[in-house]
Amino acid sequence: MTEKGTWLVKKGFAEMFKGGVIMDVTNAEQAKIAEEAGAVAVMALERVPADIRKAGGVARMASIAKIKEIMDAVSIPVMAKVRIGHIAEARILEALGVDFIDESEVLTPADDRFHINKHEFKVPFVCGARDLGEALRRIAEGAAMIRTKGEAGTGNVVEAVKHMRRVMDEIRRVQTMADEELVSYAKEIGAPVELVREVKRLGRLPVVNFAAGGVATPADAALMMMLGADGVFVGSGIFKSKEPAKMARAMVLAVTYWNDPEMLLKISEDIGEPMPGLEIGTLEVHMQERGW
Amino acid sequence: MLIGVLALQGDFREHIWALQRLGVEAFAVKTVSDLEKVDGLIIPGGESTSIGRIAQVTGVGEKIVQLAKEGLPIYGTCAGMILLAKRIVDHPEQYSFRLMDIVVQRNAYGRQIESFEVYLDVARLGKVKAVFIRAPKIVELGKGVEVLASYENTPVLVQQGKLLASSFHPELTDDLRIHEYFVKMVADRHESVR
Repeated sequence: MTEKGTWLVKKGFAEMFKGGVIMDVTNAEQAKIAEEAGAVAVMALERVPADIRKAGGVARMASIAKIKEIMDAVSIPVMAKVRIGHIAEARILEALGVDFIDESEVLTPADDRFHINKHEFKVPFVCGARDLGEALRRIAEGAAMIRTKGEAGTGNVVEAVKHMRRVMDEIRRVQTMADEELVSYAKEIGAPVELVREVKRLGRLPVVNFAAGGVATPADAALMMMLGADGVFVGSGIFKSKEPAKMARAMVLAVTYWNDPEMLLKISEDIGEPMPGLEIGTLEVHMQERGW
Repeated sequence: MLIGVLALQGDFREHIWALQRLGVEAFAVKTVSDLEKVDGLIIPGGESTSIGRIAQVTGVGEKIVQLAKEGLPIYGTCAGMILLAKRIVDHPEQYSFRLMDIVVQRNAYGRQIESFEVYLDVARLGKVKAVFIRAPKIVELGKGVEVLASYENTPVLVQQGKLLASSFHPELTDDLRIHEYFVKMVADRHESVR
């Protein structure tokens, strides 16, 4: 019997992204540049996070016409974002046939208490997390992939580093815990104990864990891989840089050759000017605080 | 005997684990000099455009083609099958290694919501659980290509001499028999070269 939309099929799809770069794009032309550079998927958006931040107001799911334009332009997987808790936006994107949904703090939340029950969908979901508890809550809801939240649209990698280090530190702590400590620890971090046990057994999250939120250079991308990321999302970092095609190619190579300094040097030599960055202390909106 | 898993992008870690569980020495291959050490190579699942692009700009692709012509056993899963095929329908311009006498169509079963798992009858091995993810379909088959498994009358596991390819991902399940089959192909060559 043929079975579609199973956990294995959803989680397995995310495994295929490993060692790759997922790029934010806002039109067919950018999508083609991303594909040509070697992106493993594109995220179809109305505006990149840096522009969402500038525009203010309520940020929603991209228009269907925009997502279709991008789906028609490339042969690689297309992801799109829905607001946290917006079940209807997610059902619409599933019906449209997008390959992955990002229930994302970059958009304005639709529900201030609950995320989507992602188990009910055939399409897989990725969600942001700042620590192990948040990651495991999202996995408990059915997320097939996790990414750090970082602070999107800033070109400042410090928050992504903080979140990746926190998740990795907590995983290491769990591994050294006695089994009888796990129930209390699960309560402390607000995560199901079954998933905490699985983390102890595996020594990692049970799903793929990407870095996102502030990656602006190939060196940033390599840094996130060194900290244990399985791959990298680059939002504004490519199409807000001066030479997107060069930057995109360099990001792709940096995520493959992150542990080869000679290669990283070569990759970083001719990338043009990166996007301008923002100091976290000056921000009015901290997108990472959205999500429960 | 050392088997390399091409680690430019994709689920290479799962292939390395599968080989290690079989007691085979395996490692992640990223460069031309890594390739010179291997007795066999697995090209994993991932995005064929991404793996192909990186292989092209680093010269790794050229080296794979050379080694394959000298008889190196290679197994490609999903994206790996696409990269082995002599032609890719609708994407003739896409960089690939063009080693195997099959023509493939990418994403031929549909987008991700159409991805599926199913049990298949595999020649010499029996029932195997197969996971198809945005999988490629073989639309033309050369004379020298043996079909080891089919799904809905389409070949999904094929062998041509030292080359093996599957539309699906044995590395995502705990069943090691297809990896074991490939390890035997590598071991046979390893012996004959000695």
